[in-house]
Amino acid sequence: MSQHIEITPEVVKEHGLTPEEYEIILDRVGRVPNINELGIFSVMWSEHCSYKSSRRHLGKFLTTGERVIQGPGENAGVIDINDGDAIIFKMESHNHPSYIEPYQGAATGVGGIMRDVFTMGARPIALMNALRFGEPGHWKTKQLVTGVVAGIGGYGNCVGVPTVGGETNFHKGYNGNILVNAMCVGLARTDNIFLSAAKGVGNPIFYVGSKTGRDGIHGATMASAEFDDDSEEKRPTVQVGDPFTEKLLIEACLELMATDAIIAIQDMGAAGLTSSSIEMADKGGVGIKLDLDLVPQREVGMTPYEMMLSESQERMLMVIQPGKEQLALDIFEKWELDVAEIGITTDTGQLVLTHKGETVCDIPIAPLADDAPNLDRPHTPTPARPIIKAEDIDVPSDFNAVMMQMITSPDIASKRWIWEQYDRHVMADTVDSSQSGGDAAIVRIHGSNKAVAITTDVTPRYCFADPYEGGKQCVAETWRNLTCVGADPIAITDCLNFGNPERPEIMGQFVGCIDGMNEACRAFDYPVVSGNVSLYNETNGVAIPPTPAVGGVGLIPDLSAHSKISGAQDGDTLVMIGETLGWLGSSLYLTEIEDREDGAPPPTDLALEKKNGDFVRGLIRDGKIHAAHDCSDGGLAITTAELSLSSNIGSHLNAPTDIAAHAYFFGEDQARYVLSVDKDIAADMVQAASDAGIKASVVGTVGGTRVSAAGAHDVALDDLRGKHEGWLPGLMNQKAT
Amino acid sequence: MKTAVIVFPASNCSRDAAVALEQATGKAPEMVWHRENELPDGVAFVVLPGGFSYGDYLRCGAMAANSPIVKDLVKKAGNGLAIAGFCNGFQVLTESGLLPGALMRNKNLKFVCKPQALEITNTKTRFTSGYKGTEDVIFPVAHHDGNYFADDETLNLLEGEGRVLFKYKDNPNGSLRDIAGISNAGGNVFGMMPHPERAIDPLHGGTDGVNMFKSIIESL
Repeated sequence: MSQHIEITPEVVKEHGLTPEEYEIILDRVGRVPNINELGIFSVMWSEHCSYKSSRRHLGKFLTTGERVIQGPGENAGVIDINDGDAIIFKMESHNHPSYIEPYQGAATGVGGIMRDVFTMGARPIALMNALRFGEPGHWKTKQLVTGVVAGIGGYGNCVGVPTVGGETNFHKGYNGNILVNAMCVGLARTDNIFLSAAKGVGNPIFYVGSKTGRDGIHGATMASAEFDDDSEEKRPTVQVGDPFTEKLLIEACLELMATDAIIAIQDMGAAGLTSSSIEMADKGGVGIKLDLDLVPQREVGMTPYEMMLSESQERMLMVIQPGKEQLALDIFEKWELDVAEIGITTDTGQLVLTHKGETVCDIPIAPLADDAPNLDRPHTPTPARPIIKAEDIDVPSDFNAVMMQMITSPDIASKRWIWEQYDRHVMADTVDSSQSGGDAAIVRIHGSNKAVAITTDVTPRYCFADPYEGGKQCVAETWRNLTCVGADPIAITDCLNFGNPERPEIMGQFVGCIDGMNEACRAFDYPVVSGNVSLYNETNGVAIPPTPAVGGVGLIPDLSAHSKISGAQDGDTLVMIGETLGWLGSSLYLTEIEDREDGAPPPTDLALEKKNGDFVRGLIRDGKIHAAHDCSDGGLAITTAELSLSSNIGSHLNAPTDIAAHAYFFGEDQARYVLSVDKDIAADMVQAASDAGIKASVVGTVGGTRVSAAGAHDVALDDLRGKHEGWLPGLMNQKAT
Repeated sequence: MKTAVIVFPASNCSRDAAVALEQATGKAPEMVWHRENELPDGVAFVVLPGGFSYGDYLRCGAMAANSPIVKDLVKKAGNGLAIAGFCNGFQVLTESGLLPGALMRNKNLKFVCKPQALEITNTKTRFTSGYKGTEDVIFPVAHHDGNYFADDETLNLLEGEGRVLFKYKDNPNGSLRDIAGISNAGGNVFGMMPHPERAIDPLHGGTDGVNMFKSIIESL
């Protein structure tokens, strides 16, 4: 792109800037910007970088807490897990690129989130992912699943960080816009955490990592627009990942971080060199001068515009302590990484770029961050849905068929085909992973007897039916998941995937979900420490279901007291903590068996959640539980079936007393857990719960080779397993028609 | 007892191997960088760890096989130095010619990670002497290119000489004759795709790998 492009209203529009926004730019720059300057404003003020539609709402979140060391605003959130150890984590979307180029889109999503975490001084120790695809039968789904899964595995496996869990859903609402949300969890020392503020004047700026190419130019702008039928033409704006370089970058950065050479460090993510340099300068209150001729370049003849907007992967920017340059160079040379000193911090407050002896950009930094649009978009609440009563839904005539259909439904069926392609064991600290089908992954802190529990969750059909209740529920479910393995839930990261915020009903979903999530965070003292917003998830005007994916992290202080879903033993008694009322509205049962997606979703009573969850965690800590599983999609029957599948032993559920069988076994009332406990202590446990004012009851037994429920299904465990394991391979191995 | 782990760029399992060696010997191994020209003095056993050395570019293990330190290993293997390669380490051993055959892409073309049952087909080796041989063991596998290939003559030779140490039950990758691990003619170099170093801890993947490290250390 030539330096001397005239800035016409068309050019401004092509950069996604409104005339009003352009007026502000004219005022702040004090003249007509050149094309480089316009490009920089354009990406910094894009939805993706500026959070212009979401910022004012995100501000409502609980973001502080006893264990919070760093909340939102840095590359990732940081929490204290005792003994001087810190966990650094974040989840981020890579939806748009993954739809266009699934392998590279997903791979670079994993790479990007890992950089956010090791940039702050953490060694990545676990990866998770929350995936949402279109209908299984949609012509594009199979290809997208294949590519996304291969991309996640291809990147994470090579870098050598275990992918320990996640979730995968299928729904027609994602036919034109899949969701790929990747989460990374890292381990650091509380006294060695690195931030991005470029403090001090006259300090050298280092560029490290891959060379800059023409890939991904304007990726952030792409992520800030809707798709249409021509979106595939945007393939060239998808970046290409190189996990090998990432691995070298991790090792080199961690080695350098063990010295005192780094003042500030930032990865080059969305909007590459532009956002990294501006964020560092803005936070440090300094100016920055870069000589673009010194930037390592992959291609010849790159213009300043291309260099500043490139989203080439595996690149870092850092401000180095003067006098430590050689130390840094030696470490990067050892790891055979490209490195260059490309600039210096200044006291001008300006971003100054030179190229071939010419100044090609000279703009004030503060307005790029401070004056970014902060919109109060109109939002209309989602209309409340009627409550569906169990008696209005027919009792099925064949419960065995119901059970088989539920266990093979896309959301419940085994995802082994996916997670067997991920290395879940590298680093040798994976205590539990997708392999068991449990509620949360467990990753030991190396060399200790404590562990972090990690989970991702959201139920989009609830969020679609009632954003506020859905928002409460997704936070509550992650809290429950962590509780089920015996962890103290500490904090969450979120990945807020929604449609076009310019539509009031979409903005209403967004605001509703945030309000619900925030209320749950406050009820559990379970703050949001990092996150990401992905809007414009629409194709041809059809929005995805609202999907605020939540990644929860908790601490298991002592692994001698934890729980897994796979521990149920012959002769155990099944105890339900919580109360079953038989809520079928917006349930998986209604979707799968009645082909209906209506009705209000189950309400989440946060005080009840807290009480029941704390009780369950106490039982686990006291060593009284063989296995625990929270009751969610598919209700008591599916929860118990999953427990049987994981523990490889049959189970039997007793008949309900005063609720219709289909509602009792498949209803999705919240705040419930199924526990497998020694039969000799079950009665005392129920009594203890009752004494504590908690609803608890014996609901069944463990043993035998069948999965059954009185008055409902009775199927062989092996048949159930065959169906559960067979669905996804069956889909993926189908020949194209 | 001095042991060593070779560290290539992107040797992801070097720490896992080091933990296993320290557990077996009571002493942390030397971590030897790929650019070194020689092993430190006195090293009696070397592990080539799993991972993606040099990003698996060109061919898995091909670039590592040409690194300065592996040239030294090839020399010392001829003098009887004990060497084991796991996963990527096995690929480095075949690429360097220390072991015969090649590891091709998995038959179904996908990465596979799972607990893998193995039959121990020869317990009279320094790598397997601690096993009774009557029991199957479970080691995790995690690889994209573990499909063992060699010509019939080589396969017959390996089997005839008892150099196939482990075979897969329910072959996960298409390896010929279900071969999971083999040794050289001298019996001092051994490679396998599964990860015994990930099976030394009851909390993580079981303890079936402990005996392998014990066997090796006792043989030295």
